[in-house]
Amino acid sequence: MIQPATTEITYRDAMREAIRDAMRRDDRVFLMGEDVGHYGGCYGVSKGLLAEFGAERIRDTPLSESGFTGAGIGAAMAGMRPIVELMTVNFSLLALDQILNTAATLRHMSGNQFGVPLVIRMATGAGRQLAAQHSHSLEGWYAHIPGIKVLAPATVEDARGMLWTALQDPDPVLIFENVMLYNMTGTVAADAVPVDIARAAVRRAGRDISLITYGGSLWKTLEAAAVLAGENIHAEVIDLRSLRPLDDATIMASIARTRRAVIVDEGWRSGSLSAEIGMRIVEQAFWELDAPIGRVCSAEVPIPYARHLENAAIPQVPGIVATAKAVLGRA
Amino acid sequence: MAEFRMPSLGADMEAGTLVEWLVKPGDRVKRGDIVAVVETQKGAIEIEIFEAGKIEQILVGLNTNVPVGTPLARIQTEREEAAGTVATAPSPAAPVALSAAPPSILAPVAPPSPPAPPPAAVARRRVSPAARRLAGAQGIDLSIVTASGPAGAIIYADVERRLGGAVADAEKKRAPGLDLDAMRTAIAAAMARSKREIPHYYLEHQVDVTVSEQWLTQKNAVRPPDERLLIGALMVRSVALAARRFPAFNGFYRDGKFEPSRAVHVGVAIAIRGGGLAAPALHDADQIQLDELMTRMRDLVQRTRAGRIRSSEISDPTITVTSLGERGVETLYGIIYPPQVAILGFGKVVRRPWVIDGAIGPRSIVTMTLSADHRVSDGHAGALFLAEIGMLLQEPDKL
Amino acid sequence: MTASAEKPHLSREHLLALLRQMIRIRRFEDKCAELYTREEIRGFLHLYDGEEAVAVGVIPVLEQRDRIVATYREHGHALVRGVPMKAVLAEMYGKQDGCSRGRGGSMHLFDRATNFYGGNAIVGGGLPMAIGLALADRMRGDDIVTACFFGEGAVAEGEFHESMNLAALWGLPVLFVCENNRYAMGTALALSESETDIQRKAACYQIASEAVDGMDVIAVEAATRRAVHVVRETRKPHFLECRTYRLRAHSMFDAQLYRDKAEVEAWRHKEPIVRFQGWLEANHLVHPDDLACIESEVAAEIAEAVSFSEAGTWEPVEQLTRFTHAEAEG
Repeated sequence: MIQPATTEITYRDAMREAIRDAMRRDDRVFLMGEDVGHYGGCYGVSKGLLAEFGAERIRDTPLSESGFTGAGIGAAMAGMRPIVELMTVNFSLLALDQILNTAATLRHMSGNQFGVPLVIRMATGAGRQLAAQHSHSLEGWYAHIPGIKVLAPATVEDARGMLWTALQDPDPVLIFENVMLYNMTGTVAADAVPVDIARAAVRRAGRDISLITYGGSLWKTLEAAAVLAGENIHAEVIDLRSLRPLDDATIMASIARTRRAVIVDEGWRSGSLSAEIGMRIVEQAFWELDAPIGRVCSAEVPIPYARHLENAAIPQVPGIVATAKAVLGRA
Repeated sequence: MAEFRMPSLGADMEAGTLVEWLVKPGDRVKRGDIVAVVETQKGAIEIEIFEAGKIEQILVGLNTNVPVGTPLARIQTEREEAAGTVATAPSPAAPVALSAAPPSILAPVAPPSPPAPPPAAVARRRVSPAARRLAGAQGIDLSIVTASGPAGAIIYADVERRLGGAVADAEKKRAPGLDLDAMRTAIAAAMARSKREIPHYYLEHQVDVTVSEQWLTQKNAVRPPDERLLIGALMVRSVALAARRFPAFNGFYRDGKFEPSRAVHVGVAIAIRGGGLAAPALHDADQIQLDELMTRMRDLVQRTRAGRIRSSEISDPTITVTSLGERGVETLYGIIYPPQVAILGFGKVVRRPWVIDGAIGPRSIVTMTLSADHRVSDGHAGALFLAEIGMLLQEPDKL
Repeated sequence: MTASAEKPHLSREHLLALLRQMIRIRRFEDKCAELYTREEIRGFLHLYDGEEAVAVGVIPVLEQRDRIVATYREHGHALVRGVPMKAVLAEMYGKQDGCSRGRGGSMHLFDRATNFYGGNAIVGGGLPMAIGLALADRMRGDDIVTACFFGEGAVAEGEFHESMNLAALWGLPVLFVCENNRYAMGTALALSESETDIQRKAACYQIASEAVDGMDVIAVEAATRRAVHVVRETRKPHFLECRTYRLRAHSMFDAQLYRDKAEVEAWRHKEPIVRFQGWLEANHLVHPDDLACIESEVAAEIAEAVSFSEAGTWEPVEQLTRFTHAEAEG
C-alpha cells in the first residue's frame, strides 16, 4: 500500500500555499491589501508571491481599508475573485461599513441581481503583547451579520484547504487567522485538497463533556482535555471551523452524547459568540443537558500589554479545566 | 358524584404511584372492593374503595406518582344512579405528580406541560433536563433514583443506572413485592418521628403461660399442622380484649389530641426476609374467635411477605403487637408506630423455676412489655392494662 | 455618429429627447411625492427636481456595456439608463415586481440588465465599489467605463479620498460625477468644506477634473462626452463636478430651515427644464405640439407605471430570508 506523501509545514506556509494554489488555478483570483506585496505580508503569509505573480495580482494598497475593501466588492461584482487581506481585525473596523453595509447586503438589497464573491482574510486574537488596539477577537461580531460567512481555520489543514472553498462561494466569506497559529506546524498531504467550510469537526472524542471552541483556543482546549483525561474526565473537543453559519447539528449531536458543554471563546463574554452557542444549545438540546452550560471567555477589559495581565485576560488551559470540572460537579 | 382519592396509608405517606388499575370505567364496585394497586415505600398496596357505584372515569394513569388526596377516579354512587343524576362533575383537576420521597417534590414527567410550582415550603429537587426527559420517557419514578450530579442533582446517568436495574427491580417486586430500600427509608422516618415526638414510658410484666401451652397442645393434637393454633394468636386476642376495656391504649394521637378507637384493629409486626418490617392490621381482633383469628393471621403473614397488603390493613391498626417468636429474646421494648399510642412486646416463652402455691416448680414464662404514649396514659393505667392482658393470656378458655 | 464622439450632435430629435427625459423625470418625481403623501410609497424618498440635467446629460453618453454606480437620489439615473419606469415605481411600492423585488425601495434601485449598480444609502459608499468595478475591467483589459455619481456631501467622507487616490494610483477608468447641489442634507457646502471648489480636490490626486454648469443639459453632455472620451483613451479616471441645485426638500420630511425661500425661488428661474425649454422655444426648435406630445406620453407612462405597481404582488413572507446567500440553481 502506498502512503500518500505528506509535508510538515507551518500554518503561515499553508495559507501561502493556499493563495498560491488558488492564483495558479484561477486567473480571476488576486490578493490585495496593505503590505501584501513588497513587504511580504504583515505576518509573512504572502512572502514571495509578488515575485511569482507580479504587482497586478499581488496588489499593495494604501492604508485605505474601506477603499480597498470596497474595491474588492466592486471587483467581485464585476466577475473577479479577489482576496482582500485586512492585516488585522482591528483595522477591519475601518472597513466595517463596506463589509456590513455593502458586501453583506448587496445580494438581498438588489433582489438577487448582484452577488459579492469576495474573500476577506484577517489576523485576529491576543497573545503577542500587542495591547488594546491589536489584540481583538471580533470574529463573533462578524458572525452576527447575515449575508456573510465567517471561517476560523484552526489547523494547518484548514489553513491550506479552506481558502479555495471560500473562493468558490458566490457570497462574501471572512477568514479569521489567529495570530498565535502562524508559527504552528502541522502535516498536510502533498496533494492537499480543499476542505468543506460547512461542518464543525470533532477534534477529540469524549463522553463526559463537550468543549466547544474554534481558532486559537482550539489548542488550549485540546490541552485542557488532556489534563482532564488524567483525572478520568473524557472531554469531547469540537472545533467550530465555521462561525457563520454554525453547524448546529454537530454541536447538538455531541451534547446528546455528553450532556454537558463548556464553550471556549476568546471574544469578550457579553454578547459573544459563546452566548449565541449557549442559547442555541438551550433552544435545541435543553432536554439533553445534565448541567448548566459553562463558558470560558476573555475578561471584560481592553487587552492589556503586560504579559501576565494579557495571559489573565484571555482563556487559558487551567481556566478551561476548572470550568469543565465545575460543570461536572467535580470542582 | 364521588371521587376516589389517593388514600393516606400512614402518617409518613405523602404520595403513591399508581401501578395497576383493577377496574375500568363502567365497572360496578361495592364498598371494600380492591380497585387499584399503589406502589409506596412499603411496597405495592391494594387499595379498597369505600363507595358503591359505577366507575365513571379514571383520572390518573399508570406509573403516575401523585400526592395523597389526589382524585384517582370518579364514581357515580348508587344513590345518584337511583336519582338518575347525569354525570356532570367538574373537569378533574390535573393530578400533581410528585415524589413520594418526603420532603422532595418533582416536576411532572410529561415534558410539554410546565412543571407545577412546588409548595413554597418544599425545596425543589434538582433534576437535569436530560434526566427528566429520560425518566419521563421510561416511566421511571425520579424519587427512587439516586442522585450523583452537581448540587445533588439527578443526572442522565443516574436514571440510566436505574433503568439498567429495572429488570432486576421488577423481579424483586414480583417476588417479595417490596422495595426494601424504600421500606427501610419509611421505617426510619416513622421510627425517628416516634422517638422525636412520643414520650414513651415502658412497663414489664411476666406471665406464667404453662396452662395456656397445655391447652394449646391439647387443642392442636387433633389438628393438621396448618390449622394448629399458636400462642401468638392468644397474645393478639388477649391484647384485643384488654384494649376494648382500656381505650387509652387503643386509638390515634393526632393534631394534639387523642382519638380513642371503638374498633380494635391489632397491628401484627411481621418481619420480611431481607430486612423489611410491616405491621398490618388484624381487623376487629376483639370480635372474632380464636380459630378465625389464627386463619387470618396466617393469611396476613403470607400476604405481607408476598407484598400484597391491603390499604386498610396498613392504615387501620389502632394498637400493635410485636413478638420475636421462638427464636427471639426474652424481652423486647417496641417503639410506638405513630399515630398509635401503644405497642405490646412479647418475648419468647422460656422455662423458669417459678413459685406456685409456696413450692418451686418449672413453668413456662413469657415477658410482656408495654410501650405507651405518656401524653395519653400514665403508668398506673398502663400497669392495669398489662395485668389484664396477663390474666387473659392465662385463661385461654375465655379467649 | 457614436455616443463616444467628443461633441454633442444637436439635432432637433436629440434635443427633444433630452427635453423629454428631463420632463419624464420631473413628472415621475412629482407623482412619487404625491404617492408618498398617500402612503403608497414609504421609507426615505429623495427627489431629483432641479438636478435632471446631470443624469440626462451624462448617462446617454455611456455605452450599454458601461457601468453606473448611483446614490440614494437615483430615480432619474435609473429612468434615463433604461430601467423601466414601472419596475422603478413598483420597487417603491415594495412589490416583488419592482426592480429589486421590493427589497430595496427608493434608495436601492438595481438593474443587472443595464449594469446599474444601485442606489447606495451610505454617503460615499458607492465610490469604493466603482473603484473595484473599474479595477476588474482594468485587470481584464475590458473597454468599459464606470460612471460613479455622488453628492458634494460625500467629498467629506474618507471613502471619497481613498477612492480618488486608488483610482489615480491604479489608473482606473472611472468617470466621477459629483452632483454638487450645495447642501449635504441641510448643511451648506461652506459649512462643511474648507475648499469649496470641489473639482480642485480631484486635481490634487492627479485626476483630470472640470466643473460644469449642472443646470445646462447641453453643457453637461458636452463635458461628459469629452470626459468619457478621455477615460476610454487614457484608461484613467476623470472628475466632473456638476454644479446644480435641488428644488425640493432633501427628503419628504424636511422643513428646509437651512435655506431661504427666496434662494429657492431664484434657482427656479435657472432650473434646467425651464431654461432648456425656453432656449428651444426661442430658437424655434420645439413646438407646442411637441410639448403636448411629450407631456401626454409621459403622463401615459406614469399612469401605466402606477397601475402596474398597484396591481403588483407582495413577495410571500415565507420568502423573507431568501437572497441573503446565493441559492442553488433549479
